[in-house]
Amino acid sequence: MRFLARRLGFYLLTAWAAVTLNFLIPRLMPGDPVDLLVARLKGNVDPAAIDAMKRAFGISDAGVWQQYLDYLGNLFHGELGRSITFFPTEVSTIIAGSLPWTVGLVGVATLLSYLVGTFLGVIVAWRRGSWLDGVLPATTFMHAVPYFWVALALVFVFGVTLRWFPVSRAYGLDVMPAFDGPFVSSVLYHAALPAITIVIASMADRILGMRNVMVTTLGEDYVVMAEAKGLTSRRVMWAYAARNAILPNITSFALSLGFVVGGSVLTEIVFSYPGIGSMLLKGVENEDFPLMQGIFLVISLAVLAANLLADLAYVVLDPRTRQEA
Amino acid sequence: MRSWKIRIGLLILAFFALMAVVGPLLLTGDPSATGGEALAGPSAEHWLGTTQTGQDILLQVVHGSRVSLGVGVLSAVIATAVSIAVGLVGGYFGGVVDEALSVLTNIFLVLPALPLVIVLAGYLPQRGVASVAVVIAATGWAWGARILRAQTLSIRRRDFVEAARAGGEKPLRIIFYEILPVELPVIATSFLATVVAAILAEAGLSFLGLADLSTVSWGSMLYFAQNGQALLVGAWWWFIPPGLCIALVGAGLGLMNFGIDEIANPRLRTVRAPRRSRRESTAVLETAGEVGP
Repeated sequence: MRFLARRLGFYLLTAWAAVTLNFLIPRLMPGDPVDLLVARLKGNVDPAAIDAMKRAFGISDAGVWQQYLDYLGNLFHGELGRSITFFPTEVSTIIAGSLPWTVGLVGVATLLSYLVGTFLGVIVAWRRGSWLDGVLPATTFMHAVPYFWVALALVFVFGVTLRWFPVSRAYGLDVMPAFDGPFVSSVLYHAALPAITIVIASMADRILGMRNVMVTTLGEDYVVMAEAKGLTSRRVMWAYAARNAILPNITSFALSLGFVVGGSVLTEIVFSYPGIGSMLLKGVENEDFPLMQGIFLVISLAVLAANLLADLAYVVLDPRTRQEA
Repeated sequence: MRSWKIRIGLLILAFFALMAVVGPLLLTGDPSATGGEALAGPSAEHWLGTTQTGQDILLQVVHGSRVSLGVGVLSAVIATAVSIAVGLVGGYFGGVVDEALSVLTNIFLVLPALPLVIVLAGYLPQRGVASVAVVIAATGWAWGARILRAQTLSIRRRDFVEAARAGGEKPLRIIFYEILPVELPVIATSFLATVVAAILAEAGLSFLGLADLSTVSWGSMLYFAQNGQALLVGAWWWFIPPGLCIALVGAGLGLMNFGIDEIANPRLRTVRAPRRSRRESTAVLETAGEVGP
């Protein structure tokens, strides 16, 4: 349990760091973001927008400490300020509208990539020395392929050339958002290509990670013992070796989530998917600092939460962590 | 050098290094120059075809390699310097210093890098090669620092370090003259991995239009291909080459890392001989002395 308490403490600290980083970035960067914006728009700004922006940043004549405390207080009430681009919509409203799309897409795609990648990693390790080893240099290549390039290639082949899948948006223009058959199937149909992109681009790491841990596990005494007892290969492979090799892979999976999220931002842009990534880019392009900061904060906190969940899973799955204290 | 992975990796990297250093001298001309036939497929005149505004794609790929590889290497150098400082200092001194530096490292490890880079780039007043490299480095040092810290922890109690300490050497001297040289192989692999990540980050930023779009890089080529509807008009020659270059450079660096890892950890090696059962091959490996106790 001490392990859990320590991890919990770490995530609280990291969440605080993310929040503080968000507060500091605009202040550490050269130039006041509000002045910067006003200058870029050549004074052609709605005074209410400037006001909203200053409030969003907590920029006032008060000292930095007071600004920081105000900022924390606002955050605590879920107050992320108002967007400049979509003035006067609250940033939190915009995020609430786009987050479900991203969570659905990235969640399903990541789960798929994890399951398939882990499975393949086990097989490749088990058949070490066979033609399957040829997969490894290919994974090195896939590891370095940019997400958005995979997306472009898939759009080109399956969207433009073969016309099997739609190439943009989250659902067809012919359906109305509602929880019914046509809408849901349209959503799934539109999510197919972006999801495949994320699976393909993120799977290589899973295969490689699982393979390397599995190969090491296969050398352990208890695996040799299981074989000596005459258990079937399949039982040795899954119940003895893979079951234990998966554990370290859970942690590395959690750490790689940050990359998946980054990659999905790029994927969303290619497919004009209305998720949080597209919104982030819109925020940056329009110098909409409250919007981009709010989104970065939400993404960071989501990744932290996922890491915490992975840690919890680890404790449940590995009794050794429970006996530590 | 008996590892084929290292050899092929080196070959790929040498090719691209040559492209970046010598290429622009051989293929002179302005890669941004417009005019000429628009959206022409590969031909004898334009080996890789042309863009929507008639720019020569081969010229862009060759000149763009300088920016893409340059930003990648520059930010990896910065990130590696930071990771050496943080990892070695924390690992050597231990205690509160180490505690603080590890927490910092772990925080940067968990925070999603690309969204952070995007936000930082959003605040940059000017997006030049150097500032983009610094921004990417800011998010890319943590993994190396963690690995180097672990290495340093295991090295700092070894005899030669103790001897140096007993000899009255100053801590910083011990760190950089005694410990650092021993860790060079580890630093090299983490450097290679960081270069891949940095090239990908630069490509991502350029693709989003957040890097310097006035200079041609592989990422900015992809940005213009996407915005120029290259996909819809079927101009595959516009977006295939830059992405392929990025992936190949990454694969080259990855293969080298693979090769170095396998030298360090023989169990990871792929075995060439086909085998009938796993038990049998374990026995073979054991006689070959490749399997540890």
